Amino acid sequence: MSDHHPTAYVPKSAFGKWFESRLPIAGLIHSSFIAFPVPRNLTYFWTFGAILVFMLASQIVTGVFLAMYYTPHADMAFQSVEHIMRDVNYGWLIRYLHANGASMFFIAVYIHIFRNFYYGSYKAPREVLYILGVIIFLLMMATAFLGYVLPWGQMSYWGATVITNLFSAVPVIGDTVVSFLWGGYSVGNPTLNRFFSLHFLLPFMIAGVVVLHIWALHVPGQNNPTGVPIKSGKDAVPFTPYATIKDLFAVSVFLIFFAWWVFYIPNYLGHADNYIPANPSVTPAHIVPEWYFLPFYAILRAIPDKLGGVIAMIAAILIWCFMPWLDTSKVRSTAYRPTYKIFFWVFVAVCIFLGWLGAKPAEGWYVVASQIATAYYFAHFLIVLPVLGFIERPLPLPSSILESVMGVQKGGAGMPAGAAASPPTQG
Amino acid sequence: MMKRTILLAAALVGLSGPALAAGETPTPPQLSWSWQGPFGKFDRAQLQRGFKVYREVCASCHGLTYVSFRNLAQPGGPEFSEAQVRALAAEYKIQDGPNEAGDMFERPGRPADRFPAPFPNENAAAAANGGKAPPDLSLMPKARTFERGFPFFVLDVFRQYSENGSDYLAALLKGYKEPPAGFEVPPGGHYNEYYPGNIIAMPNPMSDGQVEYPKLENGQPQAPETVDQYARDVTAFLMWTAEPHLEARKELGFKVIVFLLLLTGLLYFTKKKIWARIGGEVEGHATPPMTHNP
Repeated sequence: MSDHHPTAYVPKSAFGKWFESRLPIAGLIHSSFIAFPVPRNLTYFWTFGAILVFMLASQIVTGVFLAMYYTPHADMAFQSVEHIMRDVNYGWLIRYLHANGASMFFIAVYIHIFRNFYYGSYKAPREVLYILGVIIFLLMMATAFLGYVLPWGQMSYWGATVITNLFSAVPVIGDTVVSFLWGGYSVGNPTLNRFFSLHFLLPFMIAGVVVLHIWALHVPGQNNPTGVPIKSGKDAVPFTPYATIKDLFAVSVFLIFFAWWVFYIPNYLGHADNYIPANPSVTPAHIVPEWYFLPFYAILRAIPDKLGGVIAMIAAILIWCFMPWLDTSKVRSTAYRPTYKIFFWVFVAVCIFLGWLGAKPAEGWYVVASQIATAYYFAHFLIVLPVLGFIERPLPLPSSILESVMGVQKGGAGMPAGAAASPPTQG
Repeated sequence: MMKRTILLAAALVGLSGPALAAGETPTPPQLSWSWQGPFGKFDRAQLQRGFKVYREVCASCHGLTYVSFRNLAQPGGPEFSEAQVRALAAEYKIQDGPNEAGDMFERPGRPADRFPAPFPNENAAAAANGGKAPPDLSLMPKARTFERGFPFFVLDVFRQYSENGSDYLAALLKGYKEPPAGFEVPPGGHYNEYYPGNIIAMPNPMSDGQVEYPKLENGQPQAPETVDQYARDVTAFLMWTAEPHLEARKELGFKVIVFLLLLTGLLYFTKKKIWARIGGEVEGHATPPMTHNP
């Protein structure tokens, strides 16, 4: 072993010892982000966790600065955004970072989610970790929706009207819930005020669940492209420096992608209508949500009944929570599931197709196509996942990560022996 | 390349033209704009001409209420001189007050003032314009667009096409035509090829020679005094009012991306060196043999 990685944190200074015996936070950081054993064969798909942490931080920082200049009032919100864009020093930069940052956040989260689907990361023993992730995604959707209302443009106003109206489909209490959301009898100033308040609150709730998500990750450790758990120290490397530097590199690449949108096509992902101030007496020709909601919007509109549509849309996400039990296959990684691999890519295509349909008007063959795609979407979870586990013959799994990536005989240096065998169970 | 794209677009428009039913609109042609692409900049002379068109043609009905007079002297815009802006502002009457006696009063404009709206409120604007208030123009090229369709909306990301609003506005200003046979234009409406639904409340605002452009040394105007040129110039001016920091944005973007490329390169080699300690990076999984489990 040429390289020595200490696995347990030992404070060096007297103050360090004194402090550690009272609050062992340095030890927690050390075991979570320095000594933590990481499978050595992780691909760049595993860097999106770090990218997402970066994006959350970026959204909170830019958002806090925007809130210093933004005015949450129906008569002044639009103007205050234009004030930020025109008169505040680098206000345009902060706002474009924040607006495009939301889309970057969703691009990263969708890659993260589909990586999880492909490699079976949701399966035992990572069910809680995974369900926490679904909760983060739901909170992200709520936050993004609330945030899009704040500039108080036409699409803000009408998007808020359409989405809040969905709650009226709930039997008995629906109308009361809607008035409560609006703070009145239509979307108006009270709505904007409470949406601003909640838009400020939710990201911190996301940050809280992210802490739980990372905590839950550190109990079973990370999944990897083979789906085979770490069996010996040679299968793993310490988080720092190996994963740290790889994550930093990936974040930097992602930032180039991010910068392209912010500096060159900052309004591409927005709607032109949102540069028109909100006008309750003029309805835009097409009310379309942001791109990241489109597949769910297509599912909503595919069901002819309002309540049914709302239930289908919510179920489309909540069904994710049941995947660990709906998927009956014992094999995690799709790399060893030749039949499921085909179904996985068909599912990806169906999701993209639903997204495209969500941007189209609900008329003609688009409606039928949405219904077929929605049916397939649910069939993937309710039929393909349970049935395939019984009938598919998976390929032989490697006996270890090392065997898969290097061949047994070659084996290089990895974690010091014993480090991976006892994953940290702090907390 | 650009020329070919325009020709192609023109050909497509030409092809689809006859097939269009009443109420449908052709795709606006893609024009060449000075601020396109990663190094794009506004053409000062064009912005100044565009401002002249705005003042002499549009300003009687359309406001520019998010723009201050001082903006006209800012870097990255038409860059009029401070003295020109002061003189221009003074031509406008701005309501101020209340004064010590509690009365509102009018005073000459100052560079810090915003362009006053042409009508006291939206109802007055609508009443004076046949029932429809003329929209404020401050954000127009960002507030209008047309559908790109597949695959163009994907390609646009790579070629940084974000001039759709400008292309639409320029096309709209030139889009006044005789309605096709059998197309009923209701009273107070005007036929415009590019306006969604083809019936626009705004009458054709411009005609050739209407706005006089600054003369060159040889006595010729700086640019042709035609509707086509007016449309381009006023669209350019409005793009600047919609995005006054566009030049600063693109300049900073280039620096940021160069910095990030260097940083990414350094991080890449650092990563390579670190992973070399354990015999290099290995990723993924070996291709599993195509034999099944017994």
